[in-house]
Amino acid sequence: MLKDQDRIFTNIYGHHDPFLEGAKSRGDWDGTKELLANGREWVVETVKASGLRGRGGAGFSTGLKWSFMPKESDGRPHYLVVNADEGEPGTCKDREILRHDPHKLIEGCLIASFAIGANAAYIYVRGEFYRETEALQRAIDEAYEAGLIGNNACGSGWDFECYVHRGMGAYICGEETALIESLEGKKGQPRLKPPFPANAGLYGCPSTVNNVESIAVAPTILRRGADWFAGMGRPNNTGTKLFNISGHVEQPCTVEEEMSIPLKELIKKHAGGVIGGWDNLLAIIPGGASVPCLPKGICDSVLMDFDSLREQQSGLGTAAIMVMDKSTDIVAAIARLSAFYKHESCGQCTPCREGTGWMSRMMARMVEGNASVDEIDLLDQVTRQVEGHTICALGDAAAWPVQGLIRHFRPELEARIEQAKKNAAA
Amino acid sequence: MSTQVGNFEQPAEFAFTSEVMKMAKAHIAKYPKGRQASAVMPLLDLAQRQHEGWLPRAAMDYVADLLDMPRMIAYEVATFYTMYNLAPIGKHHVQVCTNLPCWLRGSDKIVDAAKRNLGIEMGGSTDDGMFTLSEMECLGACVNAPMMQINDDYFEDLDETSTESILTELKHGQQPKTGSQIARKTCEPIGGLTSLKSNAGKN
Repeated sequence: MLKDQDRIFTNIYGHHDPFLEGAKSRGDWDGTKELLANGREWVVETVKASGLRGRGGAGFSTGLKWSFMPKESDGRPHYLVVNADEGEPGTCKDREILRHDPHKLIEGCLIASFAIGANAAYIYVRGEFYRETEALQRAIDEAYEAGLIGNNACGSGWDFECYVHRGMGAYICGEETALIESLEGKKGQPRLKPPFPANAGLYGCPSTVNNVESIAVAPTILRRGADWFAGMGRPNNTGTKLFNISGHVEQPCTVEEEMSIPLKELIKKHAGGVIGGWDNLLAIIPGGASVPCLPKGICDSVLMDFDSLREQQSGLGTAAIMVMDKSTDIVAAIARLSAFYKHESCGQCTPCREGTGWMSRMMARMVEGNASVDEIDLLDQVTRQVEGHTICALGDAAAWPVQGLIRHFRPELEARIEQAKKNAAA
Repeated sequence: MSTQVGNFEQPAEFAFTSEVMKMAKAHIAKYPKGRQASAVMPLLDLAQRQHEGWLPRAAMDYVADLLDMPRMIAYEVATFYTMYNLAPIGKHHVQVCTNLPCWLRGSDKIVDAAKRNLGIEMGGSTDDGMFTLSEMECLGACVNAPMMQINDDYFEDLDETSTESILTELKHGQQPKTGSQIARKTCEPIGGLTSLKSNAGKN
């Protein structure tokens, strides 16, 4: 088990003062000026060497992303945009950073902005997190007051402004280009890529969009060294990670653990085990609503990291673990997610706008068994027509849970259809 | 989507109070010169807060004019994001999350308890204009499921009893305890800490 001294988010439960004095006592803002004095290249290279992969779901190398930004400005300003539009069902990790460890995020914003040549950062927080936004704003105000950000931030010579922008309820704005559109004052509909944000992002300027957790771990990585971070987890899956464990466990919780911890061990150690014991487990969605579910057999041995879960045709996503015991109607569970994606499709791309509706309606019938067995294949076919045929990944996210259900629980779907037929005949 | 949903009267005019105008200007100042349209979301939110929790057409026009942007863009924004209420709404907007993590922990019962206590269906409002009940998508407090949001506050780790008592307190003009409704601090494991049992010091 990860030792407390290797945990980054040491106030994740809010037991201690989240604000400046408390944050400093936990090591935040310690020697920030000296870190920046090592230069932009050093910051990027250190984060690259740490193996940090984006914590928002896609798992792209954070350091590499930063390195895509132009080294010299062509006259356009650069921007850091922090994605705090946390809304992937099952996911509630960034919320705890915003309200309990906001200075890790703010210090991370300064460091990341410096690394990408940006003098301003916008933190886009989902609108429902009103109290979390208040806490974050209070921390930002404190940081300005203390000279940690603003002109000559931390005495580093770097000027840095940090702003909070509240969303107003749209899951799609968690997609980076939709988020940029929203930040510009428009409907949050994703943009075609290329151009990528590093070339033309916010206001048409070079921008980097990072998840809250990715940014918030950066200062600790720089202070403790790339080797420390890279020494945890497995190669290509390094560091520590915030896990959200929800659903049918004895003690739902958020916890920071070492990457690549076995799923079973994670649930046993921190969440008190599955309700009714491990053998009562039906399935787990390991990385937020958009990744396919895994039946118990795979959960027995799978490791919680990017590569291990991908090998099982699922994904780490946001590391939001939803546990379902044998009392769960798995078809109804996935149907609920299909309804969610139908609700949240922005309507821009036809395959997603129409396909999420089709999938949701077919899933609603599958819950009742009001279908023919052939329609299971038809449903699968619909998911394949959505997947990969849209501007952003929402279409994929809507397709994968249904595909996971068909892959692992097809007999359940068939049995339900048979039962409905019998009931109708009787 | 139309800016008029349902049959009710729209006010003819809208303007920020001087106090709200101050807040609006602070938002506008966050964005680069010429990019003031970025402030449309926070300003529409301010307008809604000033106007009893809902956003009339006149407020959309006012905000668009203030930001020197096409009114149509403001309508698009107001109708795209779910937190803008385009029709009059109860003083307490009770929003119960029914997405998967909450559903697994019994959100159906929370919905029933809220309906029973308020005597209204999903999407309905009480006759006295005090409560509106809505079904919500994931609100991002999944390890504290089931939960609901009422205006700006989260109420977490609910059961039927706590749900009803929260609503009853609001009926009586009291402020119920926000956050977790059980013996638990925020998102820590329900049975007690499994890590960070002592202050870890400088990491």
